[in-house]
Amino acid sequence: MSLVLIVMLPFIGAVLPALMIRTGRNACTIATASVTILAFALLMTHVPAVLRGEVVQVGWDWLPGLGLNANFFLDGLGLLFASLILGIGLLIIIYARFYLAKEDPMGTFFTYLLLFQGAMVGIVLSDNILMLLIFWELTSLSSFLLIGYWKHLPEGRQGARMALAVTGGGGLAMIAGALLLGQIVGSYDLSVILQHKELIQASPLYVPALLLILIGAFAKSAQFPLHFWLPHAMAAPTPVSAYLHSATMVKAGIFLLARLWPVLAGTEIWFYLVTTTGLITMVVAAYIALFKDDLKALLAYSTVSHLGLVTMLLGFGTPLAAVAAVFHIINHATFKAALFMSAGIVDHEVGSRDIKHLGGLVMLMPITATLATIAAASMAGIPLLNGFLSKEMMLEEAAHTVWAGQAWLIPLLATAGAMLSVAYSLRYITQVFFGPVREHYPSTPHDPPMGMWLPPAFLVGLVMLIGLFPQTFAGPLVAASAGAVIGGPLPDYYLSIWHGLTPALFMSAVALGLGIVILWRYTQVRAAWQKGPHPQAKALFDRTLTGAVAVSSALTYRLHNGSLQRYLAWFIGACVVIGYVTFWLSSHEAGNRAMLPAAPVAIVGWLLLIGGCAALMALHRDRLLALITVGVIGLIVSIGFVYLSAPDLALTQISVEVVTVVLLLLALNFLPKHTPAESMSVRKVRDGVLAVVAGLGVGAIAFAAMTRDFVTLSDFYLEQSLPGGGGTNVVNVILVDFRGFDTFGEIIVLGIAALAIFALLDGALRGEVGRKLDAWVSTEQRSMNRHPMMLVVATRVMLPLALLVGAYIFLRGHNVPGGGFIAGLVVAIALIMQYMASGFGWTAKRMRVDYHGMVGAGILIAAATGIGSWIAGHPFLTSAFEYFTWPLVGKFELASAIAFDTGVFLTVVGAVMLTLANLSRIGRRAQHQQINEQPMDVNPLENTKN
Amino acid sequence: MQHWIVMPVIIPAIAAPLIAMGMRQDIVLARVFSVATTVALVLLSVLLVFKASDGHTHTYALGNWPAPFGITLVLDRLSALMLLLTSVLALFVLLHAIAGWDRRGRHFHALFLFLLMGLNGAFLTGDFFNLFVFFEVLLIASYGLMVHAGGAMRLKAGVQYVVINLAGSTLFLFAVGLIYSVTGTLNMADLAQQVPHIPPADQAILHIGALLLLLVFAVKAALVPVHFWLPGTYSLAPAPVAALFAIMTKVGAYAIIRLYTLAFGEGAGDSAWLAAAWLMPAALITLVVGMIGVLAARSLGQMVSFAVIGSMGTLLIPVALFTAPAMSAALYYMVHSTLAAAALFLIVDMVAQRRKEVADHLSLTAPFAQMGLIAGLFFLGAIAMTGMPPLSGFIGKLLILDSARDSTLMAWIWGLILFTSLLAIIGFARAGSLVFWKTHEAGQPLRRRARRLPVGNALPFVATGGLLACMVILTAFAGPVALYLDQTAAQLFEPTRYIHAVLGG
Repeated sequence: MSLVLIVMLPFIGAVLPALMIRTGRNACTIATASVTILAFALLMTHVPAVLRGEVVQVGWDWLPGLGLNANFFLDGLGLLFASLILGIGLLIIIYARFYLAKEDPMGTFFTYLLLFQGAMVGIVLSDNILMLLIFWELTSLSSFLLIGYWKHLPEGRQGARMALAVTGGGGLAMIAGALLLGQIVGSYDLSVILQHKELIQASPLYVPALLLILIGAFAKSAQFPLHFWLPHAMAAPTPVSAYLHSATMVKAGIFLLARLWPVLAGTEIWFYLVTTTGLITMVVAAYIALFKDDLKALLAYSTVSHLGLVTMLLGFGTPLAAVAAVFHIINHATFKAALFMSAGIVDHEVGSRDIKHLGGLVMLMPITATLATIAAASMAGIPLLNGFLSKEMMLEEAAHTVWAGQAWLIPLLATAGAMLSVAYSLRYITQVFFGPVREHYPSTPHDPPMGMWLPPAFLVGLVMLIGLFPQTFAGPLVAASAGAVIGGPLPDYYLSIWHGLTPALFMSAVALGLGIVILWRYTQVRAAWQKGPHPQAKALFDRTLTGAVAVSSALTYRLHNGSLQRYLAWFIGACVVIGYVTFWLSSHEAGNRAMLPAAPVAIVGWLLLIGGCAALMALHRDRLLALITVGVIGLIVSIGFVYLSAPDLALTQISVEVVTVVLLLLALNFLPKHTPAESMSVRKVRDGVLAVVAGLGVGAIAFAAMTRDFVTLSDFYLEQSLPGGGGTNVVNVILVDFRGFDTFGEIIVLGIAALAIFALLDGALRGEVGRKLDAWVSTEQRSMNRHPMMLVVATRVMLPLALLVGAYIFLRGHNVPGGGFIAGLVVAIALIMQYMASGFGWTAKRMRVDYHGMVGAGILIAAATGIGSWIAGHPFLTSAFEYFTWPLVGKFELASAIAFDTGVFLTVVGAVMLTLANLSRIGRRAQHQQINEQPMDVNPLENTKN
Repeated sequence: MQHWIVMPVIIPAIAAPLIAMGMRQDIVLARVFSVATTVALVLLSVLLVFKASDGHTHTYALGNWPAPFGITLVLDRLSALMLLLTSVLALFVLLHAIAGWDRRGRHFHALFLFLLMGLNGAFLTGDFFNLFVFFEVLLIASYGLMVHAGGAMRLKAGVQYVVINLAGSTLFLFAVGLIYSVTGTLNMADLAQQVPHIPPADQAILHIGALLLLLVFAVKAALVPVHFWLPGTYSLAPAPVAALFAIMTKVGAYAIIRLYTLAFGEGAGDSAWLAAAWLMPAALITLVVGMIGVLAARSLGQMVSFAVIGSMGTLLIPVALFTAPAMSAALYYMVHSTLAAAALFLIVDMVAQRRKEVADHLSLTAPFAQMGLIAGLFFLGAIAMTGMPPLSGFIGKLLILDSARDSTLMAWIWGLILFTSLLAIIGFARAGSLVFWKTHEAGQPLRRRARRLPVGNALPFVATGGLLACMVILTAFAGPVALYLDQTAAQLFEPTRYIHAVLGG
């Protein structure tokens, strides 16, 4: 249980600093440190068990279907890393308290730091590689925040993004690798995976899995050629660098290599990939480090180099090399953290970390100088310090390793790496702290407050103690963790300063001697280096990224150019491709239904239809004519319905045509009357071809469908219409009963449309459009008589007739052609005529109806009718009807459907009228004329008086 | 008791006209009613999820007419899940909207509830023509919402949206007509029963109809090459509307899942897995086009819009595999990506409202009020959208990758999903660091103090926080959720139970 707490504490505790900063920086620091101390203490409770060789385990099923279990375990390797993460983390927290400036938001800093700490602890304690992956990517994310902490610095932002792209991207590769590994073993639990070395290495998936996992690990541990992000991550505040690049972030990759070492190592491909990468990284990075003037850059490349060293050791695949690797992880963490902190102190107190501006600081800041010197000496591998011990072990192993038959290659290059390491370490000491005292430093150098030098001092103490008494201070931990890495019995080794006159000692001596020579001749060496090429990984990375963005931009914005024609061309094109390809791929036969003879009337209609379409194409630039042509086509379609014995459809179609054409005419009043020619001829050809191909396809498939017999639902409807629906007009019974729910939806569509038009025009009139309309001057020739007397009189006479027709069509609807929808349209047309004849103002005064309310009432009545059937215990919209006999009237039917149809009727009238009302609002704004109070402009009565 | 199934349609259909009629003059009243209705829908959908989790397919015969003659509503695990997702999303989006967006135009709440009605109906119906009707309801309501608050750019994008979708509707009718002409039915279950027995002579007509229908659903789901309407629409729609639209693309995905598992699944004879061959390449290309767009985007709104396209690709890849585990993964990712997209649109709105002059464009401005908090929310939103841990996107992607193991296209699927994730990470990191970190040009004096803008109220934070919390829940309870989704997928791949439930027998 407490294992989970160790992982979760930093995450939960991450809230504390963000809050506690309100009481002050000390309270904030204490809160943060307490979290880490608590986690560390919990970890320490497990030390005895782990050193005995036990493995502490705890876990729950999280997503068992996937194999993602929240399992944690603590063995030697986990203990080593968790101690480093939490222990050095604590020192960093104290150090950061004194390092951060007043204007730096400390609460945020510690929050990020704790998030990162939790993620790191999570990695090293996970017993499930999917779980490990989660924490792995969390370190990428939280380090992004840490590296970009000084967000006002461009280097910080760029460094953060680069680190995220490289390490996060590596993590993505690792996801694939982990999934493959899990597939081989059948479990993602590490404790299971680690038992299946033979199974894994025999699998055909071993190589892809290995490659993918290595990409992830190398990206994280900054191995060549993915090393370039690490130096740029130095834009972070120094405590971050000290933490990320000594004990944590970059060690995650190493950790993973060590964790999976028992099952992945030992094959040839592992040896060549890992050893070679490590070796190249070690030498190349050490070489670059030698010529860096920025202290943190020097340390950054030295970190890369040392990570290469550990990687190479793990690549060797021998148990002794694994022991050396583990030991060097400890040693590197201690001296490198101390070095980063001392570099931070120099930067903080002197105001520069450029070697060219430093030198002679030993007398001015003696404590810092002492600490830095010891730590750097350990990095150089000077005897009596811990760096010497693990370097010796490395050289010893390298001496016995043969690379592709060449026994000399690895020893030579390893010695070269060691030599360069000596040179840059000594350069760090001599050119910063020794040499002549300068007259001017950016600020007056002095030793920092105790809070800043105590943490590195503690680490330097460890450097010396381990260096002098390795077996006492590091022995048990090394044994436990190496045991966990090897996963078997430990090899015979002995941690001590003196191993006799071994080849390693000789190589070490050579490295030391040559390193000193290089430093002695540094000016010449540097001049030689200056002449060589200096490939800049950052420039390359930036160019790649800028290029990727540019290409993406070009692709995206060229494709999505905002042209509706193009988008529709893709749509129609997709239809065409799907249609023709599917036809070709599926079996098909011509229909066998007997053809009907083409009556002359039908042929005339057909020709009219074609003529109408052709006219539309020819006239489409003149919108008014085009609209009239559309109306003609609609009427022919209505006639077609009549011809095919569908009177209901014909009635609906005609009334819909009339209403739409009238409304469109009103709208067209405020639109340009002509469509400009915009398409280029290429596009015309494209659109033409698409239209012809699609049209032919649609025609053909429609023909195919109509020339075959099929069974439909119609028989049931015809049969059930009267007994079940209480009506003889099947179309109407379908609309209000069989499929009344569709009608319910459709009237809502109509209602929504009206509301949306109102909302749209209302908003438009309030904004810029309204101002435009106020200033609008019509260029059209207009009738001098807005309200012609003939029209007024005619519509007035027709109104009662039309309303009566509407009522008649409504009432008969259930049994003969008609119904609420058509009746609604007819009534709406009759009303529109009044508006057209006498203007909106005059008419609105006499029609005090709230059309919003009408639409709403219609929908509610329809819904209420539907709900009414619940009372009878039937589902929504179940119809009921009864026949009654009244004297005089005779027998008649009352059906619930009539209530539903009333809802339909009201919604239709309301929606049409609401639309009209809004269009006329525009008209009134645009015409700048007084609202007419009279039915006509001319008063006939006045004329008679005269 | 059985009337519960129709309630998700009826409740908003009654509440919306009431608000339009009686409350359009009083925004407070409209807000109270609107929120109350949405809360009721959340509770109702929770109830329906419980009802559906008994494993039965529940039906509701409207007008008491038996299928296939009348319209049947069908509640199974999938439709219940969609209802719950819709209502929860709607509630949080509504909270954001009532912080101010809803009074920038007329009839917001009525249109909002009508849209919910359309969505709920589309998820419940078992009938093609009825599905068409609900598509119309949600199209016209969404158009009204899309142009809410007006503006030239928005109206232009709105026209594109409505024109392309009307073209889609026309194709819908044509395709349904073709299917009807060879099967004589509009009922999905009935169609499923008939497809295996279609004579070879009629096969081409059926298949063309079914695949054109796929194209119709692809328009809704914003699949390449019919995705063009999405970036303009989503990035220019009012923020809460864009956030609600996160579910609109899922309607397309839902319809694809429903139709092609039910009627064109394993038992469909020669028509088995008809959609797969078209859907898979389209989904893969969609993923790439979307994530390239993320890298290319010039504003946060566009970036999130393209991320939505990419996520639709990611979602439909496992759908196109047409296996139960892949479907379960797809459903998990669907829930996740809906929440993530909505949260991001709301966050982008908070940014845009505070950076008045540059809105959400990717350019630098002086610090703005509550920048740190909003940056944190954006960071979480971006984590969700790019599929990084610890939010549910990571689990969703793991599930999808895991389910694609046995596919012949496994290398393509894995490679593209992982590589495009990297593109998305880079895109979001660039945008985030530009908007939230870069507050001055190098060399210019640094302004640390933010301009204090009058900040409305806490509702937008509650809304975004709520959506993010949903993703946390989805992550923490991934086990039980996955169990429900596994059962859902299993139910989808046993269409006979659906067919029997609807048609009896």
